[in-house]
Parts: sequence; C-alpha cells; structure tokens
Amino acid sequence: MKDKIAENILLLIAFSAILSLLLITFFIFQQGIPLIFKTGLHNFFSISWSPTKGGFGILSMIIGSLMVTAGALVVGIPFGLACAVFLAEFSSPTIQKTLKPIIELLAGIPSVVYGFIGIVILVPFIRETFGGPGFSVLAASIILGIMILPTIVSISYDSLLAVPNTYREGSYALGATKWQTVRMLLLHAARSGIVAGIILGMGRAIGETMAVIMIAGNALKIPGSLLDSVRTLTSTIALELGYAAGDHRAALFACGSILFIIIIILNIVAIRVTGRK
Amino acid sequence: MTFRIGPRTSQIIAYILLLVMTSITVIVLFFIIVYIFNHGIGQLSLEFLTDRTREMGKEGGIFPSIIGTLLVTMFAIAVATPLGVGSAVYLVEYTRGGLIRRIISFGADCLAGVPSIIFGLFGFIFFVIKLNLGWSIISGGLTLAVMILPTVIRTAEEAIKAVPHTYREISYSLGGGKLDTIVKVVLPTSLPGILTGIILGIGRAVGETAAVIFTAGSALGIPTSLFSSTRTLAVHFYILAREGISMPKAYGTATVLIIIILAVNFIAYRLMHRFIARYY
Amino acid sequence: MIKVAIQNLNLFYDTVQALKNISLDIQNNEIFGVIGPANSGKSSLLRAINRLYEIDYARMTGRILLDGEDIFNLPVNDLRRRVGLIFATPVVLPGSVYKNISYGPKLHNTFKKNELDERVSTALHAANLWDEVKDRLWDSASTLSGGQQQRLCIARTLAMDPEVIMMDEPCSGLDPVSTTKIEATMLELKKQYTFILVTNNTKQAARIADRTAFFLSGELIEVDISKTIFTSPRDQRTDDYIRGRFG
Repeated sequence: MKDKIAENILLLIAFSAILSLLLITFFIFQQGIPLIFKTGLHNFFSISWSPTKGGFGILSMIIGSLMVTAGALVVGIPFGLACAVFLAEFSSPTIQKTLKPIIELLAGIPSVVYGFIGIVILVPFIRETFGGPGFSVLAASIILGIMILPTIVSISYDSLLAVPNTYREGSYALGATKWQTVRMLLLHAARSGIVAGIILGMGRAIGETMAVIMIAGNALKIPGSLLDSVRTLTSTIALELGYAAGDHRAALFACGSILFIIIIILNIVAIRVTGRK
Repeated sequence: MTFRIGPRTSQIIAYILLLVMTSITVIVLFFIIVYIFNHGIGQLSLEFLTDRTREMGKEGGIFPSIIGTLLVTMFAIAVATPLGVGSAVYLVEYTRGGLIRRIISFGADCLAGVPSIIFGLFGFIFFVIKLNLGWSIISGGLTLAVMILPTVIRTAEEAIKAVPHTYREISYSLGGGKLDTIVKVVLPTSLPGILTGIILGIGRAVGETAAVIFTAGSALGIPTSLFSSTRTLAVHFYILAREGISMPKAYGTATVLIIIILAVNFIAYRLMHRFIARYY
Repeated sequence: MIKVAIQNLNLFYDTVQALKNISLDIQNNEIFGVIGPANSGKSSLLRAINRLYEIDYARMTGRILLDGEDIFNLPVNDLRRRVGLIFATPVVLPGSVYKNISYGPKLHNTFKKNELDERVSTALHAANLWDEVKDRLWDSASTLSGGQQQRLCIARTLAMDPEVIMMDEPCSGLDPVSTTKIEATMLELKKQYTFILVTNNTKQAARIADRTAFFLSGELIEVDISKTIFTSPRDQRTDDYIRGRFG
C-alpha cells in the first residue's frame, strides 16, 4: 500500500524532465513559429533584420552561428582529441587522475568569464596582430573552441577507455607501436563516442550566448573574413529580448525555435550514435 | 618515391605533438584562472563582500549579488533535488528497460543539451509572463531548476546503480519493503554520489547568466522577498564587463565567482572519489 | 509437523526454467540439506520460498505453504521476516554492527532503546558472536573478519525472530574453524528454528542435515534421511554426485 503510493508519486516525478522538455518546446514554438509563417519563409530566411520596421530576416545570424560553430570545431576537435588520446593512451594513471578533473574544470568556468578573457586578452591581441576591430569570428571561434574542449575530451576519453584491452594487446603482439595502435585501431573502435562528443560540443558552441556576445562584435551582416564582426542567433536573442515587444519579441522566439530545432536534432543524432538506451 | 617515416619516429613525433597540445590546454586553463586572480585578488576585501553596490557597480561592493546568487541557487536546488533524485530512484528501482525508461532517459539527455539561452526564453515566457511571477528569485530559481535537473538525475542515477544489488537483497530478505529498502539502504549508501550531482548543479547555477538575466532580472537592491528581482554575481559581472562600468570591480567579481566554482568542483570531486573508492 | 510444504513448484527466469515441478515437505525443527551441482536450482528454491525471486522479475507457478498457509496470502514483508535468508557471501550493510542487527527489527516494529539493545544482544549471543564483538558494537561492521561477518548475518536474521532460516552455502567462503563455529551454532539453534541449508559441500550436509535433497538441472532427484542418501542413494545420479564423479 505504502509502496504503491510511493511508486506512483515517483513515477509522476520521473516525468518531470520530459515534461519540462515538452513545456519548453511548446512555449518556444507557440511564441515563435506563427511569426515565421506570418513573415513568410522566404523573408524569414533573408538577410534583412530590422525588427522595429517589420523586417525579420535571420539569414545573416544563421550564417554567423554556423561560422563561429565551425571555427570552434576547427579549434576544439584537434585539441580535444589530442587531450583524450594523450590521457587515455599515453599517460600513467596518476596523470590521468590529475589531468581529467583539471580539464573538466574548464567546463565549470562560467561562460561570462570566457567572454571576459576574450575582451581583455584575445580581442586586443587580434586587433594588434591582424588588424580589424578584434571583435570577430576568429575571437569567437577560439573562445568557443576552448569552451567545447571538455565535452569532446570527456566523451572521447571515456569511449577510448571502453575499448577492450585485448584489442591493444592483439595489436602490440603484431608489433605495432602505441601510436600505430591508436591511429589504426583505437580511434576506429572508439569512433562512435568520439563523434558523439564532437556533436555535443557542436551543440554547446551553437547554443553559447554570453561569451559570444562579449567578443563577436555583433554587427548585423554576413562576415567577409575571419576578422570581421559577426552576430549569432543566440546573441540576437539575448541582446534584444530585454526591450522587444509584439512581433519583435515573437521574432526572437522564432530565432529560438530555429536554434532549438538544430539542438534537438544534434542531440538525437548524438544519442543515436552512442546507442545509449 | 615518397619519403616514409619509420614507426618509431612517428611514434615519437605523435607523442610530442599530443603532449604539447595537452599542455597547451592545461596551460590555457591555468592562465585564465591565474590571470583573473592576479587582477582581482587585490579587489577582495571585507567591504567588497559586504557592501551595497553603488553607482551601478562603479563603487561599493557586491553584497546584494551574493545574496541574490545564494537565494536563486538555493531555490533551484530545493526544486531540482527532489525531482532529480526521485526520477533517478524511479529509473533504477522501478523500471528495467522498457518504454517508460527510454522516454525518461531521452527527456533527461535532451534537456541536458538545451542551451541556456533557450532556458532563458522559456523561463521568461512561462514563469515571468504566463505564470505572472515577474522578474523574481522564484522565476530565476525555477528556470535554473529545470536547467540543472538532468545533471542531478544522471549523477543520482549512476550513484544509485552503484549500490550493490546484494544490499537490496539483504533488506528484502529481512522483510523490508521496497520503500524501506530505498529510504534506509539505497539512498544512504548512494548519498555521496547524489550530493556530487547536487553540488555540480550548484556550480552550474552560480555560473549561469543567460538563463537568469531574463528571469531573475538585474535589480541591484537587496531582495526583500522571493518575488523580488535580483542580480546574481554572474549577471553583475557580465554587466560590469560588457558595459565597461568598472574593470577593477569586474575582476573582483570574477575572482569571487571563480573561487566559488573552484570550491564547488573540488568538493564534488572529493565526494565522488570517496564514493567511487568505496563502491566501484 | 510440516513447516514448509512445496507443491508442484516451477520457477522461470525469462525463458529459462530454474525449477521443474518440485514437491517437498520440510519438517519443523529439522536441518534440511539441499545439495547439487551449480545451476541445479538450489538457490532458486530458497528465493521462491521467501518470494525474493520477485525482485528478479522471475515467474513462479505452484504452491508453497508456511504452516499450512499459502505464502501468497501472507504480506510479503511478514513472510520474509518469518523466513530468513543467509547468503553465500556475507554482505554487511554500511554502518555499525549494532545498526546491522537492529535493521530488521526496526523494519517491523518500533522499539524502545533498551528493548532494541536486548534484541541485539540476544541475537549476537545466539549466533555465538557476542564475546567477540561486545566491545565493538559501534564499529563499522565491515571491520569484522569474514567468519564474524557471516555470523553477524546470522545474528541479523535471528534478530527478526524468524521461524525458518534458509542458508545459501553459508560456509563457502570460510575457513574450517569458522565453518565449525557456524555448524555448532546451527545445531544449537535447531531446537527453536527450522533450517534449510543449501550447500556445495556434501560432507557438511552429511554432518549436520537431518534429511537431504539432491537437485540436478532444476529437478528434485531424490530426498531422504541424510544417512540413507549418503550411504545408499536410490538414484545412480545421486551416487555419482556424492562420489564426486561430476559437478
């Protein structure tokens, strides 16, 4: 009796996560999707964003988001994989135990702190070295690349560790060096985890807001080079939500809807790839 | 004919390359922390921590933001803990495979990947506007609760799974019911692991900006009730830095933030290791 | 007098049938031995009697009676209090010796402090452990030796005031001295309790069991007075097993 009641209460509680997800989906879409159709798909995916005058084209922001995300991956993937491989295959247990939490600590540092470091160090450095405003695709890519490192390292490291030791022994027995084993066997065996890590890192990069606002410059145009200022979907939402009203606010939720759809697709792909049940 | 590098040489080159790249990553991390501390430690003083914020943050301290952060975070934890631990208990103790388990897991996994600005949008439209809670500690706390829920669920789930099955058998064979077993054996045994998840949740909540700025607002006064708008440390720091109000104060605030994050991570790490040492 | 009556018992784990049409009577105040090779269904038999198989999501058909009453008519908690189970590997719960022993009683009743103290000490005395742990009641139970831990598990079961005590290879991990201590304890306690002893060690069954049943692949091959089973079994397979020809 007591057990039955407890079970039912727990069942109800257990649905809190999925219920939250449904509520989020419902409200973001309910607020945003109607405006997309009102504006027309053609206009919505154009480059003219002048929300106070009824122009709701988000193309430049989508391109902006994709550019900084791609940039983040260019920085994050090699460093992330290098760390994961070094930790999993080339270091002693003591080094693993020390370095893993240190790298995970990177994930704990608030994104505003990354943005701040970008403002005070990276942006001036880019301005002085390469010219331009400094607030740029390049700055955002580097900072986002650092921010997604822990995601890539953690998941890749775990999937490398999950490769059975018999594989390594078999490979060494054939006379392969450690590096050959990593390159030809382990990376292949652990690829689903590595891919999942990269996809989740991609999700983090495309969804990151505060750090990007602080260092990307936020100019409303499609950037012509890495040194140009750029504005993403997320920064538009955060910059304008404070004062937006009516259709303008709806347009920000429309940006949110697009972002949300991208993220959910990435998540589903990542969950699929790892085959997690 | 192409030039070929021997396996020994390529092994050495690869090792050096990996070592260098890993070192760079670690150095970047230390650099960030040291750089902030270097500029911010000098700002820390009792006044800075206990003084009201004056002239938008140009003068005075960060006391209101400390209180704001504390209240919003505590509210979030108070909501997320029962939901998260309850979900985890249900997942491990009451389902084995099956559709329900897959749905709940999927929900938690997807929620974990949702970016904080989406939580901000959702909290703004749902808690602030539809439920008419306004920019308040409650709205901010609820939004953060939803955001950290997956962390709490996943960590608690792992911890509960790690409780040896034999403990449950013993409890049942002594005539304990399912609830007795969960409350008296499973939860106490998995407590350090569960706490780790909650503490990691605290860390995320304290460092969050996008999800709280549109739900708890950015009022600078000391909150008088749970319906007051408040400005958390992270939001305060963001405003100081972005609007260039005061760099010294920004460094000071960032130092406080990082100290909290380091402490939280350290505690979580220690707890986790004590737990792992005992049960894995 | 029949304490536990098992009638046409079948037990299934998913598609695997662990017990096949078992019928058995276990008498009051006897030590009933159960022998057989690995996977013969011995442990499943115990888990059926106290319905512990339910937590493994297994399925059972047939009837089991405790004092003539169908175990499915009893509240499961009460059934498990009356029918204790000791596992092969001693598992102590996290916490002190005292907490381990008092866990069972506290599940079923509320006690005053002194009543609970009394129960704990009685149980420890009965399990022949009191002298060794009386000064360490508040130490973590995991600091005890293996043999002490197994006697702690026996005391933990005794503290619930059971009627039947089932043991699943209770001495398999213990040294001969500890084994002797536990066997002596059982012989003393059988005046008050009924024992079902599953054992890998045929000599142990021969030493202390009044009657013994031989199981093979989920079937009950034969059951008889231990002396008869171990000297002149009726079934060739029993004879083979006892003489160590397989299993």
